[in-house]
Amino acid sequence: MNKQRRAVALISGGLDSMLATKVIMEQGVHVEGINFFTGFCVEGHTHAIRKKDKAKPKRNNSLWVAEQLGIKLHIVDVIEEYKDVLINPKHGYGANLNPCLDCKIFMVNKAKQWIEENDFDFIITGEVMGQRPMSQRKETMPVVAKESGADERLLRPLCAKNLPATMPEREGWVNRDELYDFSGRSRKPQMALAEKYGFVDYAQPAGGCCFLTDESYSKKLVDLWQARGNKEYELDDVMLLKVGRHVRPKPHFKMIIAREEGEGRFLQGYKKDFISMNCISHSGPLTLLDGQLSEQDLQLAAQITARYGQGRDAEQVEVNIHLPDGTEKQISVKPLEANEIPQEWFV
Amino acid sequence: MSREILDARRLLCPLPVIRTQDRVKKMLPGQQLEVICTDPGVMQDIPAWCRINGHQLKEATANDNGEYIVILEVGK
Repeated sequence: MNKQRRAVALISGGLDSMLATKVIMEQGVHVEGINFFTGFCVEGHTHAIRKKDKAKPKRNNSLWVAEQLGIKLHIVDVIEEYKDVLINPKHGYGANLNPCLDCKIFMVNKAKQWIEENDFDFIITGEVMGQRPMSQRKETMPVVAKESGADERLLRPLCAKNLPATMPEREGWVNRDELYDFSGRSRKPQMALAEKYGFVDYAQPAGGCCFLTDESYSKKLVDLWQARGNKEYELDDVMLLKVGRHVRPKPHFKMIIAREEGEGRFLQGYKKDFISMNCISHSGPLTLLDGQLSEQDLQLAAQITARYGQGRDAEQVEVNIHLPDGTEKQISVKPLEANEIPQEWFV
Repeated sequence: MSREILDARRLLCPLPVIRTQDRVKKMLPGQQLEVICTDPGVMQDIPAWCRINGHQLKEATANDNGEYIVILEVGK
């Protein structure tokens, strides 16, 4: 009796990896999923933070996909290791700070390490040739296989017929005839296959599953790096870039102003790490202050904070300043007019 | 019945799930783990993680401090 082969599938939570996994499961291969958390994944974070998103389901799509497929899912924290991918991408960035090709190589390499440690035979991805402008092109697919070290143990079931046969196909672990030849940006073949398998509810992320593909987010990250003079970052930095209105009135300090209640609650958790302020004479947002601020800077920050509260038209507003050590003081300021906040202050 | 406690407060999903997964790897079948979180997403994610990995969810509740407590029993 032939040994049952084992594969690990990179599960993003989207339709393609779900289909690719199902295609291989249908051939009798034992499949488990793996999902890498870089810190920039769109999954989860913002839904948890913003109150306006409360109506959206909080489900983690990769877990949901694994459950639909009936497979185990291993979620791996790669936050630290991913820093080098982002800071020094060998193949450069996409339209924003998205190092998609290096990212794919990194993840396939991590999956390769995982199959070696866990005695699995090959790796599956949901890649489709020509689907993504950077990482899923005919020219880059061999690059991913080679530079990740996965080589012939990397199988892309949805477009395998457009590529040379890999080890799982040549060895007869999977039947190449039952794989696919999808290519291009059309989603119709995937949707047809989803229908065949009875998948009706699946995530359709617009613009991918990574914050680094987002122009606004990337600008905030560049601003952070420029202000610090280096490209170091921690997970908290990455999360705070997703939250609030970011205003930099001076090169040496930035304000993160909550835009609604959910963000305010989230920022509360950082009051031990940052100077923070909020209006006390009127309702208004919580603001975190990042940088070294003089008394004059605090005055300016309070005027800006007051601008975004109910006292924006008042002559004087009382603002409470909370220091990380727990001490507090109050100041009175006149809120800035809208036209007194230059557009270039907004990050 | 031994029960361990994991503090996952201030972490946003999927980090509480990852921390739970990593702790459970070091535990024995039948042991219980109580995970204390502040991200409401855990009420979906940790039960889903338990279901797909063969662990038993014992309880998932919210308290008045804005915390979410998930208790699970490690499967075989």
